[in-house]
Amino acid sequence: MTTTATTKNTDRVSLRWTITDALTITWRNLMSILRIPEALFFSAFQPIMFILLFRYVFGGAINAGPGISYVNYLIPGIFVQTVCFGAAGTAIGLSEDLQKGLIERFRALPMARSAVLAGRTTADLMRNVVTVCIMTVVAFAVGFRITTSVPGFISGVAVMLFFAFALSWFMAIVGLSAPNPEVAQLMTFPLLFPFTFASSAFVPIQSMPSWLQGFATYQPVSVTVNAVRQLMVENFHSPTPVWQALLWSMAMIIVLAPLAVRRYRSVA
Amino acid sequence: MAKDLAVEAHGIDKTFPRGDVKALVGFEIEVPRGTVMGLLGPNGSGKTTAVRILSTVLRADAGSALVAGFDVAKQSKMVRRRIGLAGQFAAVDENLTGTENLYMVGRLTHLERKAAKLRANDLLEQFGLSDAADRVAKTYSGGMRRRLDLAAALVHRPEVLFLDEPTTGLDPQSRNDLWAVIESLVEEGTTVLLTTQYLEEADRLAQGIVVIDHGQVIAKGTPAELKANLGETVISLTLSKHDDAVQAMGLLASIGTKAPVLEGLAVEITVSDGPHAATEALRALDQAALKLAGLELREPSLDDVFLDLTGHRTEAEAKTESEGTSKRAGRGR
Repeated sequence: MTTTATTKNTDRVSLRWTITDALTITWRNLMSILRIPEALFFSAFQPIMFILLFRYVFGGAINAGPGISYVNYLIPGIFVQTVCFGAAGTAIGLSEDLQKGLIERFRALPMARSAVLAGRTTADLMRNVVTVCIMTVVAFAVGFRITTSVPGFISGVAVMLFFAFALSWFMAIVGLSAPNPEVAQLMTFPLLFPFTFASSAFVPIQSMPSWLQGFATYQPVSVTVNAVRQLMVENFHSPTPVWQALLWSMAMIIVLAPLAVRRYRSVA
Repeated sequence: MAKDLAVEAHGIDKTFPRGDVKALVGFEIEVPRGTVMGLLGPNGSGKTTAVRILSTVLRADAGSALVAGFDVAKQSKMVRRRIGLAGQFAAVDENLTGTENLYMVGRLTHLERKAAKLRANDLLEQFGLSDAADRVAKTYSGGMRRRLDLAAALVHRPEVLFLDEPTTGLDPQSRNDLWAVIESLVEEGTTVLLTTQYLEEADRLAQGIVVIDHGQVIAKGTPAELKANLGETVISLTLSKHDDAVQAMGLLASIGTKAPVLEGLAVEITVSDGPHAATEALRALDQAALKLAGLELREPSLDDVFLDLTGHRTEAEAKTESEGTSKRAGRGR
């Protein structure tokens, strides 16, 4: 006969298995991505079109500021925009799992509650790493050059991937709240568009109307873009310091991850 | 406790906020260890909700439930270690192979890598999926998916197995195969709670039956008890001449629970105790020296029970009838 005390103890998942569970789900999600390489390829297609569009069509009309070429200004912005759109994959993926009954199966297993979400956001982070690698090649091909240092560039990549990971937790809540994957995808747009376009990603904020400048300067996407640009491009004078970007990402994870797990537990 | 119960639930209420639908009202069920319990009811009667609550996927608004001796609300992890759930939709990951699907579940039920691999291979063999082990589940047929799904529910050798309409949409051959698997599991001591719309399935597999409609238990017992309570065995006695039949109508009037009906040369009487009434009827006809050309005893089916209890047929029956196709063909899709 078990005593009440042991019963209580064994009703918890140990730290080792909490991590293993998350890695198992990460593995499973990565396998799905690898089995459909077309999806990965075409998810890089749209950001490449954005690079070409801004570099060669709109770019000529935009003044990036003294000592900065527009292509150098643009690339950090497009990188951040791309990983944000990549984070939307979290919403779609979870919504699909929900629709196919996989979440129900997972919820009846003695696994850690956080694993399905942690595994999903981690896999999406890895997918973003691949996308960034492809984008980097394209960026260099269209004339982007690192004017700070290679460690600076790598730190910049790390900062934006961290932000995308934090955003994934928000997307997890969206995915668990949407009735189906199609709607989940639509639900991410009203969030992604204002934050990525009313930001310093594509144009200097000084060129926007004054009522928009306040939001555009301090919203998290801009703060992240500024941080990445500072780390990659010389002569860029950011209105916000790098640590603010890290703080945003950390705060988002601290607030959103528990909310997402709670949503996961209650979703019917 | 007097009985050794694997599943025990009392006073379970569940209302869904959307549309304020009362899915379950005072639901209760008791499943003795090592038996199969059939949970019967039409679509939307609350069967799936009951299974989801008992398998810890959903929380009840009120009431209590013990599964494998643990409280589903307070000791959910303990319950989860001891149960397997195969839901209405084969919940397999389409992009993973058969082996990978089972390996994943093995790892998530906390088997070590090697053990998870071995278990996956064993189950694939047991379910006749070895040839398809390295194919992604997307390429599987409906029956193969169901088998993989059931295999996934068995990875950690659960004491209690919940099967939500396990054979819906399967062809007759696949259904029979799955029934055989369930029977062998029960032989090994597994307790099974299965929901179904197919009375034939409950009749074949279950020792106990609970019928629910509109979230409430409306009947329970063994299949035999439910049929006996209905008391509608029909005895059909065929005579050789019309005059004899008319005479027999008079003789048999006192035996049945309803007035006898004449169908051509056959007199049909509805009785509560088939064998006894049949003896009585034969004796009466013999004494009057009437010659019998045929005798038939029709036991009520669970379909009759269901129709009597709920006032409507099972969805599957109603649907196939309106399509004008045979039952089997209608279910095969």
